[in-house]
Amino acid sequence: MITELGHFALILAFLIAAVQTVVPLIGAHKRWPGWMAVAEPAATAQFLLTAFSFGALTWAFVTSDFSLRLVVLNSHSAKPMLYKVTGVWGNHEGSMLLWVLILTLFGAMAAWFGGNLPPTLRARVLSVQSAISLAFFGFILFTSNPFTRMGLPPFDGQGLNPMLQDAGLAFHPPFLYLGYVGLSMSFSFAVAALIEGRVDAAWGRWVRPWTLAAWLFLTIGIGMGSWWAYYELGWGGFWFWDPVENASFMPWLIAAALVHSSIVVEKRESLKSWTILLAILAFGFSLIGTFIVRSGVITSVHAFANDPERGLFILAILAIFMGGALVLFAARAGVLEAKGVFSMVSRESALVLNNILLAVAAFVVFTGTIWPLIAEIFFDRKLSVGAPFFNMAFTPFMVLLGIILPIGAILPWKRAKLSKAIKPLTGVLVLAIALGVLAFAVQSGRSALGPVGLFLGTWLVFGAGVDLWLRTGRKGGRLGRLRRLPRADWGKAVAHSGLGVVIFGVAGLMAWETEDIRVVAIGDSLEISGYTLTLDEVKRVQGPNYIATRGVVRVAKDGKELTTLYPEKRTYPVEGMPTTEAAIDSGFLRDIYVVLGDRQEDGSWAMRTYFKPLANWIWGGSILMALGGLLSLSDRRYRVAAGARKNARKLEAEGVPAE
Amino acid sequence: MIIRIAAVLSLLAALFSAPVFAVQPDEILDDVALEERARDISKDLRCLVCRNENIDDSNADLARDLRILVRERLVAGDSDTQTVAFIVDRFGEYVLLQPTTTGSNWILWAAGPLMLLIGFGGAISYLRRRGSEPESVIAALSDDEAKRLDKIMQD
Repeated sequence: MITELGHFALILAFLIAAVQTVVPLIGAHKRWPGWMAVAEPAATAQFLLTAFSFGALTWAFVTSDFSLRLVVLNSHSAKPMLYKVTGVWGNHEGSMLLWVLILTLFGAMAAWFGGNLPPTLRARVLSVQSAISLAFFGFILFTSNPFTRMGLPPFDGQGLNPMLQDAGLAFHPPFLYLGYVGLSMSFSFAVAALIEGRVDAAWGRWVRPWTLAAWLFLTIGIGMGSWWAYYELGWGGFWFWDPVENASFMPWLIAAALVHSSIVVEKRESLKSWTILLAILAFGFSLIGTFIVRSGVITSVHAFANDPERGLFILAILAIFMGGALVLFAARAGVLEAKGVFSMVSRESALVLNNILLAVAAFVVFTGTIWPLIAEIFFDRKLSVGAPFFNMAFTPFMVLLGIILPIGAILPWKRAKLSKAIKPLTGVLVLAIALGVLAFAVQSGRSALGPVGLFLGTWLVFGAGVDLWLRTGRKGGRLGRLRRLPRADWGKAVAHSGLGVVIFGVAGLMAWETEDIRVVAIGDSLEISGYTLTLDEVKRVQGPNYIATRGVVRVAKDGKELTTLYPEKRTYPVEGMPTTEAAIDSGFLRDIYVVLGDRQEDGSWAMRTYFKPLANWIWGGSILMALGGLLSLSDRRYRVAAGARKNARKLEAEGVPAE
Repeated sequence: MIIRIAAVLSLLAALFSAPVFAVQPDEILDDVALEERARDISKDLRCLVCRNENIDDSNADLARDLRILVRERLVAGDSDTQTVAFIVDRFGEYVLLQPTTTGSNWILWAAGPLMLLIGFGGAISYLRRRGSEPESVIAALSDDEAKRLDKIMQD
């Protein structure tokens, strides 16, 4: 019964979305307040109905209702409760429902907190947002209905892929979707502004928090996914340049560019049409990502079940929204006149450079991802584009970006003298170069990646520090002023140093990792990078829904016991799949990563051990970046904007004509 | 009952225990330099039955066969290029994770740098144009806007 109600709520939400797409748009065009006002309650209703529908599906999973096809295919009564719940979005249909849930949540939030927007703009934003949810409701109802019943309910379900039964991965999709879908907000604002024919500083201020939030969630989602791959897949890889990873990385890059260019719109009323274009492209890449993951056109490690019909549907959504938005852009971009003028050397120019590098980097990832498809269709060549290509073609852009970042961050607006502006950075530059050279000398003969990473990391982190220090002015009391700096300034510094930490972590891990593969008898020891590992025993352990073969490995350094590691090989009988659970001793400067292999004929065990320097810096840096975004988001300016809403309400109440 | 389930489970566990890792200890060559070359080559070759994994990381049997094949060629005295060419001859360019620069592939390799140049060009011409324009007079606020601004500022 609850299932049917959930299904019904979803259909109702679809119908409301149709109304919310059409009525406010006409209302805004004709300036009919009544028609525009439809958007607000409609957005709330859409969200509530979708939430109910999602709740109904969750209920079916929690109670293991095996009359539902989706539950049978993706759940099992013996599964721990956490994974019963996360199993809701561990599959195509359920994850699409989560996607629209977030979409309608964002739409509703724009309705609730958008009180200070000009009424026509708000009506148009909500209408465009609703058009997106209309498309995705249609997609769910017509191609991927999660509420399909089974004719003959089986006794038990088929379980969830054991690789997905993991806390880190369980929350990776929701964060990614928050990011993907958050970009739909920027898109709606961009399209609404194009219809409106007007982009000003205020528009930049409204769009920025949404983009920042989307970028922040994408950062967390991507970081979680990468961390999961690191500890779960069994050899400590953290990024594979897999099409699906790229699908989340491209919107991240574009969103990062958009966050920066909307600053220019907000502060200097320049780069308007470029910012609009970026906002359109950012969501476009989100849709392309959805297409890649769900159509199965491009083979990937974690694509969902492939279905050409679904692929076509998403392709149609992509074509309609991108085509429509870009045509609108071509027609209307000319209306958006820029106001602020700036010279070749200025913060604006540096931000333009930032945008070019990020956009081109995203473009490189895009070409690499779809090239196998293009080569097969147009040139009849079956080929692969893998990690070596991306490492080679993508890295230079990030290095360039890292080099210009601290300089651009302290350049004044409008016009600047480069020599004067970079003087405060001299010390940092010397330090960074010295450290890089030192690392190069010490490591003797290894790849230059490590030293370059150390140079960039130092340059970025300390450069961010200098930027913050400069903001405190010239005379006494600088420390006190440092504390009182706007949170946006802190956010900027924290996020930029986070990038530095990530770059150093990635470079250090790739350059200085060591590995040991061998057969170890019980009681034997091995040495890796100064650590002694001893395999004490291997035993069989029973888990809640798996059986594990667990090794007991003692780790010692200089004769001193450090810790004991328990690498496992698990078998999940329901799903019939083995997984590897690496054991990791995480440290500030290094991880020791142990994987248990097969039992050999003589009773000894194959064992793989890695010494992974700076591994945690990658995720630590990602957290710093996200934290920086959060700090910026909590800046007073946005809170003031939220407060202004009440006044706008009051204005209306006092009978001041709305527009 | 529980004991019976446990018994069934352990039986199933035995059935499903599959190899879990990539390079096996018995594959490793004694010659350290040769082994290192083999590892480097393996990282650029695709496991044909996997999705986007190189043969060095892959657990598939086919990947193991390819790894052994690479080592055989190296032991036989082939250079790195000859070894890769040998594999490509048999399995096609699909095995190369780093696509060649031949034929239409130049588009792939040139796409990034070309786009960067276009971006620079566009930005510079834009900056030139904008830089020479006088600062446009910021349009005066309309009455409504002024009122809204007042209200916002009072907050």
